Order: sequence, then C-alpha cells, then structure tokens
Amino acid sequence: MSEHSDHSHLSDSELRVRALESLLTDKGLVDPDALNTIVDTYENQVGPKNGARVVARAWVDPAFKQWLLKDGTAAIDSLGYVSTQGADIVVLENTAQVHNLTVCTLCSCYPWAVLGLPPAWYKSFPYRARAVKDPRGVLAEFGQGIADDVEIRVWDSTAEVRYLVLPERPAGTDGLDEEALSDLVTRNSMIGTDRLDGSVDGRVG
Amino acid sequence: MDGIHDMGGMDGFGPIPIERDEPIFHAAWEGRVWALNTALGAIGNWNIDASRYTLEQMDPALYLASSYYQRWLYRTENILVAHDMVSRAEIETPPEQRATVKQGEPLGIEEILEQRRTERSARVDADIPAQFQAGDKIRARNIHPKGHTRIPRYVRGKAGVIDRDHGVFIFPDTHAVFAGQKPQHLYSVCFTAREIWGDEASAVDKVYVDMWDDYLEPGHLEPGHLESGA
Repeated sequence: MSEHSDHSHLSDSELRVRALESLLTDKGLVDPDALNTIVDTYENQVGPKNGARVVARAWVDPAFKQWLLKDGTAAIDSLGYVSTQGADIVVLENTAQVHNLTVCTLCSCYPWAVLGLPPAWYKSFPYRARAVKDPRGVLAEFGQGIADDVEIRVWDSTAEVRYLVLPERPAGTDGLDEEALSDLVTRNSMIGTDRLDGSVDGRVG
Repeated sequence: MDGIHDMGGMDGFGPIPIERDEPIFHAAWEGRVWALNTALGAIGNWNIDASRYTLEQMDPALYLASSYYQRWLYRTENILVAHDMVSRAEIETPPEQRATVKQGEPLGIEEILEQRRTERSARVDADIPAQFQAGDKIRARNIHPKGHTRIPRYVRGKAGVIDRDHGVFIFPDTHAVFAGQKPQHLYSVCFTAREIWGDEASAVDKVYVDMWDDYLEPGHLEPGHLESGA
C-alpha cells in the first residue's frame, strides 16, 4: 500500500475533524487554545493516579474509608482534586465475600475525575454487552477467577452517578506507606476487572 | 428508544479487546473530537441527555461499524446542525471553498472548566418526596419509550429491591428533548442475576441499576430472591 493511500484511508475521520474544527473556529464557537488545554489535561493530568491515591488513603485511614463509603463525592473532594465532571461518586468496597464490577451498558459513563478517560475495552461492545450478563466470563478474560460463593455485584451506570471500586488491600503490604500503597493500585482494580492479587498488569504507578 | 446502544445482555460481540499500554487517544483527531465536544457542550445549547439521544438515533448499522470517536464525531456534527450552529452544507464544504463569518467570541478555557465544575451535575436541590425507600420491593416498569430513556431493556418487568436513594436528579427522558427537568428521586436498584437472566445464572450474583421513580412500580419478589437483603 502506498504512503498516500494509507494516509487517505486512515485520515478520513481526521480530515472531517480538522474541517469541523476550522469551521467552528472561524465562526467563533471554539477557541483552539482551549481545545489544546482540554486534551492536555486528560492526556497528562487527570488519570487513575487520582483514584489510586483515594484508595491508598482509605487503606491507611479507617475514618477516611468510612467517610468515603458513606459520601464518596465529599470524601474525594477533600483530597483536593479539581473535578472536571460534576457527577456524584459512589465508592463500592470489595471484600473477601463481595466483588464489585462497573460498566455502562448504554454508553460509556465512567468516573473521569478519579480515573481519567476510560480504556477502549470499557467502551467496547463486548464489555457493554456481557458485563451484566456474564461477569464471571468477563473477569476470566482479565485473568480473574472468582470463587463460586463470592458474590459479584455489577453496577450499570445508567445515571449521573459514577462508581469507583475500592479494591481489597493486598496481603503482605503492612510495612508500606500511603505513597507506596498507591503504586500498587491498578486502574482495572478500581473498575473491578482486577483484584490486586499479585499481578502487575495495568499498574498506574 | 429500543436502540442498538442498549447493549446489556447481547451476545455475539466476541472477547473483550484488552490492549496493553493503551494510549489515551489512539490518534490526535480523537482528542480533538473529545475536546470539541467538551468546549461546545459548555456553551449550554444542549445537555448531556440530548447529546446521548443524538447518538442513539444514529443508523444502527453505522453505529456498529463506527469506532467510539467516530460516533462522537457523528454526534457533534448532528447536534450542531440540529441547533442551527452550523449547517450541513458548511460541514460538507471544504474549508478553502467557504467564507465563514465570525459570529462571536468563543468560551475560553477558564469559562469552560468553571461551567463543567458547577453546572454539569444532574442533582437537583428540590424538596420532592421519594416514592420508595431502601429495602422496598419494586418492579421495573415494562415500558418502551420511543424517545431517550435510561431504563435498559434487560431490567424491564423485573423485580428488585431499592438498595439506596441517591437523592433528587434530573429525569433524562424529558430533559433530552428539552421538555423540562422533571426532577425526581434516583435509586440504585438491586436485581438478582437469576431474576434477570434465569436459573442458569449464578445464585449469588447481583446487578445494580440506577433508576428514577418514573421507571418503577411497587413490586414483590418470589420467595428465595434476595433473602440476604442485599
């Protein structure tokens, strides 16, 4: 395939977006500098490290954890993250008996303020279709086997409430401080497709 | 509407496409579409529900054939046209062939961020009574609205229990067509996997769905369902 045809094939959407941005800029409807800042914010500043810090704080501070589970929005706000998504956040605690999994079957709702933008698989048709119906099969594809007697709770984000999973603190981490603990928290563990059982895949640190 | 977007429970899409070391955007244009959507939304001519409804009206074959940000591009173009901010002809005319008149000054980044911080929450500060409370047995109404709705097909007609009351929120079905906020209580409702998917589903698993008062009616459960009171 020639360079030219490869480029034109790949860039059909790109050309359309460029034309649209140019039109909207000429009309005075958008400011390209503002667009640059929005992209930069989500590529480089807002991401799962925020959520990982929330989780680590809950692991070391029982009072904070209690507050987080009771009023996730206020507890997370107290850590000083400037929310760019005015949605309520509800935090779901994993235990030895309960495993939580989050999905948006209707579109792609996700707790941007604490996890950044979602991975492509979270927005994919297979995940949206199967998470509510076959959560054990979905989790198996992420390498997570869940015992038959552990209750899986799947949370379908159909409203302007965002769900964040509080994973279980891994065994053998008693000596770690909050910063080191936050490095152990994976993005997927806060979505519910990882259990922090020693796998290092998807670490945010 | 009973559209292609309502995917919960569908089969045939294959395995989850898990990607290691995934970039935030897979091409620069994806980030531009995302930022355009953010900046244009801040202008305030539409709301999140109207935006979702625009995407739901995409031709289903095109929906399935398009990537995530291609769908966002479709949505952005169509909602701009619907609100007379640009014309279809302007979108389809190459930039070098059009003469566009500036209509005003765009929002700056600070105005956009401030709008998103303060105005996007769908929570409504209104003293509206709740129809249900935690622990109540309900049934999801068997309704099939022709317009925008957030009650997934897979729970309609199913029996469940109110897990928690989130408070009063904008009702998306009316908000999406600018027919008012119709604020009402929003709940997390717990359904057993077996109530929804039948006896081959796990005996212990649950599905929680956020649902407004208008989606619910009082209900009862067959013995044995949700006996743990989850």
